[in-house]
Amino acid sequence: MFLKLINRLFQALMTMIFVGLVSFLLFNFVGDPISNMVGQETSVEDRDALREKLGLNDPFLAQFARFGSNAVSGNFGISYALQRPVSTLIAERMPATLELVATSAVVAIVLGVLLGVYTGINRHSWISKTIMPLSLIGVSLPTFVIGILLIYIFSVTLGWLPSFGRGEVTQIGGWSTNFLTIGGLKALILPSTTLALFQMALIMRLVRSEMLEVLRTDYIKFARARGLAPRVVHFGHALRNTLVPVITIIGLNIGSLIAFSIITETVFQWPGMGLLFIQSVTFGDIPVMAAYLVLIAAMFVFINVVVDILYLIADPRLRGRG
Amino acid sequence: MKLRSTTAFAAARVLAVAATCLSVTTMSAAAENVLRWAAQGDALTMDPMSASEAPTIAASRKIYDSLVYPDKDVKFVAGLATSWEPIGPTTWEFNLRQGVKFHDGSDFTAEDVKFSIERAKSETSDYQGYIESVTGVTIVDPMTVHIETSGPNPILPNQLATIFIMSKAWSEANDVTQPQDRSAGEETFAVRNAMGTGPYKLALREPGIRTVLEKNPDWWGAGEYPHELDRIEFTPISNPATRVAALLSGEIDFLLDPPTQDLARIENTPGLQVKQVAQVRTIFLGMNQGVDKLLTANVDENPFKDIRVRQAIYHAIDVNAIQRKVMRGFAIPAGVVTSPAVHGYSEELDERLAYDPEKARTLLAEAGYPDGFSIQLDCPNDRYINDEAICQAAVAMLAKVGIDVSLSAISKTLHFPKIHNRETDFYMLGWGVPTLDSHFAFSYLYKSADEGWNGTGWVDPEVDAMTDAIEVEIDLAKRDQMIADLWKNVDDNVNYVPIHHKVIVWAMSDKFDMPMSADNDPRFRYLTYR
Repeated sequence: MFLKLINRLFQALMTMIFVGLVSFLLFNFVGDPISNMVGQETSVEDRDALREKLGLNDPFLAQFARFGSNAVSGNFGISYALQRPVSTLIAERMPATLELVATSAVVAIVLGVLLGVYTGINRHSWISKTIMPLSLIGVSLPTFVIGILLIYIFSVTLGWLPSFGRGEVTQIGGWSTNFLTIGGLKALILPSTTLALFQMALIMRLVRSEMLEVLRTDYIKFARARGLAPRVVHFGHALRNTLVPVITIIGLNIGSLIAFSIITETVFQWPGMGLLFIQSVTFGDIPVMAAYLVLIAAMFVFINVVVDILYLIADPRLRGRG
Repeated sequence: MKLRSTTAFAAARVLAVAATCLSVTTMSAAAENVLRWAAQGDALTMDPMSASEAPTIAASRKIYDSLVYPDKDVKFVAGLATSWEPIGPTTWEFNLRQGVKFHDGSDFTAEDVKFSIERAKSETSDYQGYIESVTGVTIVDPMTVHIETSGPNPILPNQLATIFIMSKAWSEANDVTQPQDRSAGEETFAVRNAMGTGPYKLALREPGIRTVLEKNPDWWGAGEYPHELDRIEFTPISNPATRVAALLSGEIDFLLDPPTQDLARIENTPGLQVKQVAQVRTIFLGMNQGVDKLLTANVDENPFKDIRVRQAIYHAIDVNAIQRKVMRGFAIPAGVVTSPAVHGYSEELDERLAYDPEKARTLLAEAGYPDGFSIQLDCPNDRYINDEAICQAAVAMLAKVGIDVSLSAISKTLHFPKIHNRETDFYMLGWGVPTLDSHFAFSYLYKSADEGWNGTGWVDPEVDAMTDAIEVEIDLAKRDQMIADLWKNVDDNVNYVPIHHKVIVWAMSDKFDMPMSADNDPRFRYLTYR
């Protein structure tokens, strides 16, 4: 098991180096940041001087080496657009994204699993028959459409919830939170629902089909025959055996929640990292894009390692093989 | 019974106190004029000399004053200087306004003017181009400065309208005597803080999230302008649909850049209004006439060298159709590459060659291309309103006269360097004129250069000489004549095919009125409540 863990960590490291290289390669095609940094009126000489000063004329490997060594020490340089250190920018935006993602993840997992179990057990109830088609809408409608739809209903038509921004936030040290004020919580509702909907529908459908599968197996029949309480059969035996694929999907999807949050954040002008990333893409702000991609890759890798460890806990059979 | 009445009394008292509190808050809210507004992008920095970019300049103008102020009609009027005149061929005298104070209460003097102009000329400044000709600033007395230029410069006051005056003492105390150096690892104090003399004080700055300005009650212009706003809250909202939703739901009062497809909807919403005005930016197509062989054309010689080919393209493009269908009416067809607000513009100049595909085909045949030719058109897709759609329309129109155009629509970050480095044969560009003087257009769009914005590669020594002469001519009548002559010359030569002048559209609450400005910089000082 220990060896297996070491092996996973080594793979993670290689992935990170590869991601760093690819993201850095991409930036050669993003375009010239200089034309955005300076006005139309800036002379050609001044442009060249700035390009030289930022090291954009250096050979590719030299630029990558500089990027890599700085990145390891957490220094991603200064944003071309906002003229502030990238690490500060990301640190400022991170609470917004993490709170949004965490809220969505909790909503998606709790509701997804509960509804999945319910629809799996009570296949023919009218509630299941209503939920299933609705979940299809959840998995097939793109996030930005759901977001705009919710804004139209709850902000423009009903006027209940704010259509953009984080609303009221409370500062606790370096962390700004939405959870402590009514205004902040209200602002969280629409974006987190938008973000959670797809994942919730996905988890629900997965849990349901796994449940259906497991409920047909002999050991469930046997458990029933032994006269165990339905609650014990469903949650203690059936649900537990559906968990391995569910954990994989949830793990991967928390990563994609962060990735999808780019769209949600843009729709709701949620001032998180995704919005920062989109703004830096339109500007050609290479330091910010590089830092963001590396950070997101690191999160994915971390989540995958955690998922691997969770497998070992959920499925005892895997423990012996390490 | 006794107990109950006490409780009732206490409850009544609590209610009364609550009611008082409530009425106090409502009263203060009513007394405060708060404007909440949104636009797609945020200012890049609060440092007024670090980024010469329209939203940044607009933001600086709220907090800082300049010697000369472009008013709502973009006419140059007194700002921190009350009068100015040339006192020699290369010297301008500026008399400064008395009794002006910075937001921290310190006095504004000639020292601050000298400091700010020198700061704008420093190496890390992005505003050097505006005041290239300035060689020195001399303080005559605390309320008078002399500005020396390398040669005669008739438009120095216009150029100084974009140079904002910072507090020298504040800049020195906070170590920001130079604008941000972007290759350095740290941000300077001036990126998120400001100290000017302007109508509003910077109360809160969260880049990309929120910027709050508060009224400067001691502002010198309080008597000259309505100056009714107490507080201005700005939020950048990048998604167009969300911006409109925020306006429709009443979460914002003013939207700088409503999407064209939603204008009808906004206009039909009670409580909202839509206003429009011509912007100082013209969209046009450029053709590379400088090289012997084009990069993407399927013919050996360069067809753009022949004026008949350029005229043919001009005749082939139906700008009225583009204006109607692509721009939904929000554009003004153009016959010249500069805008109505610019000095030197005339309606006669703005006459277009007629839309005439038949004539275009004839001209092409005369030039030796009866079957046309093929070429690539380079377009930005994230810079101007409907930029890519305009190019698509142009491609279809050119196909009708036999020119087979393939469209390459890419991000502005890739598109503009192509023009700069002469890597495009046929391209779209939009040009604004911050100085509002034709010289700016001549020097960037017509004067020959190996690099830079004039991607036509066209070289005419006479045009170059005229451009330089206009820069230094101080006899204004003579100068106007030279500008008119030069426009005639270059316009007849069809180096560019003008498409349209952009139109600025603003959407806002009808609770107040605010005049529109051709430079798309909302002049909040003019805003009045109904």
